[in-house]
Amino acid sequence: MSVITREDVAPVEDGQDDQARAMRLMRRRSRIRFFEFIIWPAAVAAIFLLPSKMLILTEIAILALFAVSLDLVLGFAGIVSLGHTAFFGIGAYTAGLFARHYFAEPVTGLLVAGVVSGILGFATSFLILRGSDLTRLMTTLGIALMLGEAANQMGWLTGGADGLSGFSLGPILGLFEFDLWGRNGYIYCLAVLFVTTMVARRIAFSPFGLALKAIKSNPTRAALVGVPARRRLVIAYTIAAVMAGFAGALLTQTTSFVSPDVLAFHRSADVLLILVIGGTGYLYGGIFGAIGFTLLKDWLSVVTPQYWMFWIGLLLVILVLVGRGRIARWIEYIPQRLTAAMGGKP
Amino acid sequence: MLKRRSFMAAAGVALGCLMALPAQAQEAVKIGLVLPMTGPFASTGRQVEAGVRAYMALNGDEAAGKKIEIVLRDDAGTADQTRRIAQELVVNEGVSILMGFGLTPLAMSVAPVLNQAKIPAIITSATTSAIMPQSEYFVRTSMGGPQSAVPVATWAVENDLKRVVTLVTDYGPGHDIEKGFVDQFKKDGGEIVESVRVPLQNPDFAPFLQRVRDAKPDAVFVFVPSGVGSLFMKQFVERGLADAGIKLIATGDVTDDDLLNGIGDAAKGVITGHFYSANHDSPENKAFVEQVRKTNNMRPNFMSVGGYDAMHLAYAALEKTGGDTDGTKLIEAMKGMEWTSPRGPIMIDPETRDIVQDIYIREVKEVDGELYNVEFTKYEKIRDPNTAK
Amino acid sequence: MLTILFDGIAYGMLLFILACGLTITLGLMNFINLAHGAFAMTGGYVTVVMMNRYGIAFYWCLPAAFLVSAALGAILERTLYRQLYQASHLDQVLFSVGLVFMSVAAADYIMGGQQQLIQLPPELSGRAEFFGVGIGRYRLFTIVICAALALALQLILAKTRFGSRLRAAVDDRRAAMGLGINVSAVFALTFAFGSGLAGLGGAMGAEILGLDPNFPLKFMIYFLIVVAVGGTSTVSGPFLAALLLGIADVAGKYYVPAIGPFVIYGLMIIMLILRPAGLFARGGR
Repeated sequence: MSVITREDVAPVEDGQDDQARAMRLMRRRSRIRFFEFIIWPAAVAAIFLLPSKMLILTEIAILALFAVSLDLVLGFAGIVSLGHTAFFGIGAYTAGLFARHYFAEPVTGLLVAGVVSGILGFATSFLILRGSDLTRLMTTLGIALMLGEAANQMGWLTGGADGLSGFSLGPILGLFEFDLWGRNGYIYCLAVLFVTTMVARRIAFSPFGLALKAIKSNPTRAALVGVPARRRLVIAYTIAAVMAGFAGALLTQTTSFVSPDVLAFHRSADVLLILVIGGTGYLYGGIFGAIGFTLLKDWLSVVTPQYWMFWIGLLLVILVLVGRGRIARWIEYIPQRLTAAMGGKP
Repeated sequence: MLKRRSFMAAAGVALGCLMALPAQAQEAVKIGLVLPMTGPFASTGRQVEAGVRAYMALNGDEAAGKKIEIVLRDDAGTADQTRRIAQELVVNEGVSILMGFGLTPLAMSVAPVLNQAKIPAIITSATTSAIMPQSEYFVRTSMGGPQSAVPVATWAVENDLKRVVTLVTDYGPGHDIEKGFVDQFKKDGGEIVESVRVPLQNPDFAPFLQRVRDAKPDAVFVFVPSGVGSLFMKQFVERGLADAGIKLIATGDVTDDDLLNGIGDAAKGVITGHFYSANHDSPENKAFVEQVRKTNNMRPNFMSVGGYDAMHLAYAALEKTGGDTDGTKLIEAMKGMEWTSPRGPIMIDPETRDIVQDIYIREVKEVDGELYNVEFTKYEKIRDPNTAK
Repeated sequence: MLTILFDGIAYGMLLFILACGLTITLGLMNFINLAHGAFAMTGGYVTVVMMNRYGIAFYWCLPAAFLVSAALGAILERTLYRQLYQASHLDQVLFSVGLVFMSVAAADYIMGGQQQLIQLPPELSGRAEFFGVGIGRYRLFTIVICAALALALQLILAKTRFGSRLRAAVDDRRAAMGLGINVSAVFALTFAFGSGLAGLGGAMGAEILGLDPNFPLKFMIYFLIVVAVGGTSTVSGPFLAALLLGIADVAGKYYVPAIGPFVIYGLMIIMLILRPAGLFARGGR
């Protein structure tokens, strides 16, 4: 969140058309940043360079998508959610049930899952419009817990606590089979992540995204300048729900299995941690966070299978004590220097 | 980052195995052990690992002239993690056999991997009947569905407990056991007064026990997973169900060997049916219990013995194929295998790949100052009624 | 029927003792401390170690659990928590979740992953009949202790000098400092007290709720529900909320076992929609 403050307080230059200035500000904010040139090519290069790491990369891509969707809610709309996994889980179950009963082609299932969890997002968004941080925290958490319980109880539909299995997915678009090495699965997830992130980016750095930030930092003032807070929040929350639904569907499709665990509390907590580790409010935080968190967790759980949680906890404590803002500023600062050094306009 | 990660992975494997380095040169067979080592089911993981290590300590680390390496991974009880780890173990580590799987969903999630990779997986803990048909490459050394519950039903009717309330945890294994018990019990002429299901995430048993009490049955038949099982035992006593003349009969999960002493006198006299007791009187079991005590400073329970037998099955299958690690050959070798486990004689059913074993009816008694499940009757060669043909 | 009510009250009381420390830190000091359960777990483990390893009587373990947790709370408050009073809620959530993770792994390392069990003294175990209503002795004990504590807490906050200082410090930190109140000491003491109560709750709950390294994670949700429904500005709010949730939960599971687990969550959401600031929100905040 501290990332954009500098731009927000850009000095007022006299004698300039406000409109033009606003346009310039928007363009500056939405310019392609240095790290974007690195991360996407690197992700594509990984297909060829790291064939043995496809599975963990797939997991990272899915988590990243999930975290990016939470960033829309938290980093832009300012809603602290501890129940974001409700949408992830709905997406996962929808994709699973769709593949099982109707049609095994993954992309169709993905879209259906997105629609269903978008509907849920829209319906529940009205519950989170009121109240303090704590109230929202608890409402979102409560919704996710109820859904988790429902998935557990409705055994005839979801397989209950044993999970939903016994379905297999067809080739992606009828062309690419999910292979044991997970290569096609990774490419598929990466493609979805890329497209969705670009859409989210377009939304986030549009006037709509700015309005969200305004609501987040001061709802009263935003209302005074005529920002329709309620509608904006509902739309943002719904979009985020669709994206989380995509992430859930991807998990189902790459593992061809759904367990009620997709609705468990720890997933909501994990994704929040991931996002905050990576930094909120600039979308790529989710992606960086997912890379860092997953690799760290994987490494720690190999080194110390029983006690890796301790070290993750320690990291979080240090992170907060040192100050997230300070770390986020460094992430932003170094690439800017580099861009400047390479002759690009800062 | 990635480079370092794989280096650490290798280091972890080497450390985990505690094996001498020179043997690396010789051709090794890797066994991937995927268990919940953290999270709510961590004790399952720890017990199974203890069993696996005990087998290797007692029988060496070579089978069919090949060195056996264990690659242990934690899945924290999360199904998608299990699936990813299993898949990675197969494609990156090149394991020949997978082992572990603490819970039903965890086992279910790896079925597609097995079918695609054609690698056998030995289930050491998960028990639902529905797992086995998912893949031709599943073998089980724990227990199949309601295997432990069916003899309890027979025993109850034989001992004049005719009106029974069942109380099971509301998840796959619970449903299996409820069905197995109820079917057998009705067939033998008993009456089921009520069937109560307790949610998996349940801190307080009070309302459910009160329901049982108000139904006034001869006995209550209980299945709850072992951790909360001990909690259940205490609340059962606190609620005075025993004083109200309601007998407690159960599967062995509530009197888990690992926790039995902690439950204390409340557990005395409880009748349970199960496939393993640390008190089982045989030389195999004595050696096993002693080894686990020595290395892990705990009493092995039925999870441990699942791990132990899984290792035996892996060793024996390798011996039979002469060290050939082809998955299909290994699974064929495992079918119909018979041996004497610390729990008693067991066999892998060649049809269902599920375990066939004796179920013992036991009573909790004090032996040498400690509480044990003392076996007094057994029902021989019990199969899982849901899958047996 | 009455037995169910009684069990519900006992369960609710236990929830209250466990959660009221969180009410204090959250409501009065405005700190979202998700690691609250870790202090409760500490209390539980203190009891287990004292009873099972050293054979000390249960009654002595309760104050010990309180003191050890309070001491731990005080140390952590002085070294870590105090630096985050001004931080954003999100930072506080992350920090305390980090602490939870550490405590879970640490408890696993020190005590092992299995369920810990204690043996109650004989006079507290079993049950008694009062006017035809079967009552568990230990549950009665729980109710008495918790009710006394709730009353004491209310009196301390409302009537004592310390209580008024605390409220002053919370309402306006700077003005309170100007009046010569040692705000930082007041906060430290309050935090320690809250942690101590959690420890006591953990010790008493070990028998009913169980105790394993995942305790802080497993019950975090319940604490939060109590606090969110009860509101954070009074003691009586969470008290009633805890009772209500306890009774609803137990009764729901008894009468409609199929939807039992929904009751507590559903109730929470309805309450939050109707009264977003809690049952007894103070006006003007």
